[in-house]
Amino acid sequence: MNVIGAIIAKRVGLGLFTLFVISLLVFFAIQLLPGDPASAILGQGATPEALASFRHELGLDQTPLIRYLAWASGLLHGDPGHSLANGRLVADLIGERLGNTVYLAAVSTAIAMPIGVALGVMATLMRGRVWDSITSTLSLVTISFPEFFIAYILVAVFSVSLGWLPAVAFAEAGQTGWQRFANVALPAITLSLTVIAYVMRMTRAALMNVMAAPYIEMAQLKGTRPFAIVVRHALPNALAPIINVVLLNLAYLIVGVVVVEVVFVYPGLGQLLVDSVSKRDLPVVQACCMIFAAVYVLLNLTADILAILSNPRLRRPRRTAA
Amino acid sequence: MQDTFEISRRGLLAGALGASGLLLPAGMAHADEPKQGGHFRIGVADFASSDVLDPTITNTQFQVNLEWQLRNNLAEVQAGGKVIPELAESWDASKDAKTWTFKLRKGVTFHNGKSLTPEDVVYSYRLHMKEGTKTPAKPIVAQVADIKADGDAVVFTLKDGNVSFPALTTYAALYIVPDGTTDFAKGVGTGGYTLENFQPGISSLVKRNPNYFKAGRAHFDSVEMIAMKDATARANALLTGKIDTYNAVDPKTVKLLDRNKQIKINSVTSKAHFCFAMLMNQAPFTDNDVRLAMKYAIDREDMVKRILNGYGSLGNDEPLSPAYPEYAALPQRAYDPDKAKFHLKKANQEGLKTQLYVSETPFAGATDAAVLYKEHAAKAGIEIEVVKTPEDGYWDNIWLKKPLCATRWSGRVNADVMLSLAYTEEGIKAGWNETNMNDPRVNKLVADARSEFDEAKRNDMYAEAQKIIHETGGANIFAFAALMDATISTVQNDGKLSGDWTLDGGRASERWWFA
Repeated sequence: MNVIGAIIAKRVGLGLFTLFVISLLVFFAIQLLPGDPASAILGQGATPEALASFRHELGLDQTPLIRYLAWASGLLHGDPGHSLANGRLVADLIGERLGNTVYLAAVSTAIAMPIGVALGVMATLMRGRVWDSITSTLSLVTISFPEFFIAYILVAVFSVSLGWLPAVAFAEAGQTGWQRFANVALPAITLSLTVIAYVMRMTRAALMNVMAAPYIEMAQLKGTRPFAIVVRHALPNALAPIINVVLLNLAYLIVGVVVVEVVFVYPGLGQLLVDSVSKRDLPVVQACCMIFAAVYVLLNLTADILAILSNPRLRRPRRTAA
Repeated sequence: MQDTFEISRRGLLAGALGASGLLLPAGMAHADEPKQGGHFRIGVADFASSDVLDPTITNTQFQVNLEWQLRNNLAEVQAGGKVIPELAESWDASKDAKTWTFKLRKGVTFHNGKSLTPEDVVYSYRLHMKEGTKTPAKPIVAQVADIKADGDAVVFTLKDGNVSFPALTTYAALYIVPDGTTDFAKGVGTGGYTLENFQPGISSLVKRNPNYFKAGRAHFDSVEMIAMKDATARANALLTGKIDTYNAVDPKTVKLLDRNKQIKINSVTSKAHFCFAMLMNQAPFTDNDVRLAMKYAIDREDMVKRILNGYGSLGNDEPLSPAYPEYAALPQRAYDPDKAKFHLKKANQEGLKTQLYVSETPFAGATDAAVLYKEHAAKAGIEIEVVKTPEDGYWDNIWLKKPLCATRWSGRVNADVMLSLAYTEEGIKAGWNETNMNDPRVNKLVADARSEFDEAKRNDMYAEAQKIIHETGGANIFAFAALMDATISTVQNDGKLSGDWTLDGGRASERWWFA
């Protein structure tokens, strides 16, 4: 297990460096955008004096480097600062929205992963038959449709016509756990559809790769049932790419769902990020980007570690000549 | 401020709306006496995660509606533009309209139990007069030389006479807060509702204030506002009973909504107008013949039909609509390519080429409007190049800087504010005069009208100013918007909706009720 310890240490170090570079990139990219928080917030009615005093109040009259250092040292002390736009604590602004985003991602993953893997296995079992072509075509269709389109179709059918599920997902006072789940059902299904398609295609492709191996032929010659061949013999050897696509999709569910958030009026991090960029609200943008980047780094790391753990050959690498 | 994350989804809603209807309870009721009760849920289109309850920072409709749930002004505008007392009981002016005495209503208490005193009013106004304040009310408070408490009254001393000063106190920023307030987030005011919860950019919840001083107002037990950026999401939420009302109905789908018997569309002619602004101090628009050519080269009827889907009225190159009491009817300018050519020839500018700067920031559909204008103008021999610019930073980088750009104006409380802000020398100084119009006669008319107590005479002055702006100004005002809210049919109003803003001028929460 020493190998894994070393890999984790190395990757965590690299991850932290990545976060640092990203924080620099985001900070200076925002400096390049036209306008600043003062003009973005005061809008059309801004007078020059109001702008000047607001800039001073926000500390925008200092050089970017000083502002970056102030922000970075705050973050290292565990304080992501105050929003420039409304003076609230960034931690407060992000806290609940982050919870919402993670909840939606978790529900979507819980729906998508089992279905995606199961469909992939079924497609492998029935490769070349009608079922295989149907699922393969449908998966391409769901991947190609933009999310908001799928979302509107689902709303039209399941909320407006049938009245089964709520059309919008905002939280209401006094909600029970079950109501909360029903509330996010449609956005979760919208997101799941694409993820299911990816996972299914990846599972099928990985399995098909393994199915060509001699030991599978051996199993077939022995007379093992096809289901047992796929699930017991092929699947364990195809796990690494499947884990990869599952975790990368999880990352996508956390960082890339702003359109679904807007369509379903779901207060998640994506909407906050878009809002904050348009207000040039640097501390909030930075905090959101740091969270997103950290999610990517962590999930990538997890994917690699799981891939190693799932594969004995990688777990004990051959020693190279010293 | 508008920073909309929009997706074009023309027609997608058609299916959703067609199949709707049957879900909502069949509660068709008629406008009766207002009834008390119910939880009123509003989907609000214009909001930001930067919204705050600090009166000196006022941006969005969400914020304005919330402020008027929680707080009041000295005076209030009724639908139709009449100014009536709110926290003031009555007011008096000196002969020169320079000294205004507002007598305060007695027995009004704030949510925290404190009684309303003149000191509260003085403090609330001083917030906007402080050094370095960010208030949008600056052009109003700049007129005030001094404000002081006097017994149970507040006395304003103005720098120059202004007969319509009470109207200015209705401005959506001049809310009255308790003396000494520094933490505005608690939302303490005198309003019909008290603050339960406010999450900027997400939602707000208020409960009825049992001690509200206005009789027959604030009928709901509680009001919840939900920030909803997507027009389709707002419509779906209404159709499926998740909200009772939403504002900013998309003109593209309003006809489909209107077919549904459970839904009412409140459409009001507004003061809001769409404009292509020509800077009169920049070539080629320094020449009035060029400006006239540009104005004759636009087909206003086509604009209203195609850009506003018929939900609006024709503009006539001056900013006052019939929603202003001071409106004077002028002959409607029509689309006339020949006249446009004639004026171009007179200006020696045949084959004029010009750039029109546009983005979706001033109004949704601005780009379409610009492209349509380009087609109209081509028939008059004017070549317009439509330059699409980023939505971000439009008011900073394009507006007031490029010779020709698209703009939109919300209503202003009266003709004085509208004209002085956008068409006079004062407006240039305040940074709002988007055509840089500086006509000595208009400047004088607007300034003189301010100290003319005789309403008929005052309206004559405004009429003359409107005529000059129509004939020589740089504002190519092609349409007035209709303000549209959609509500479920059980939501009642008194039949007189304000044309200032959507949601009954931002006061739906206190004016409407459930049947």
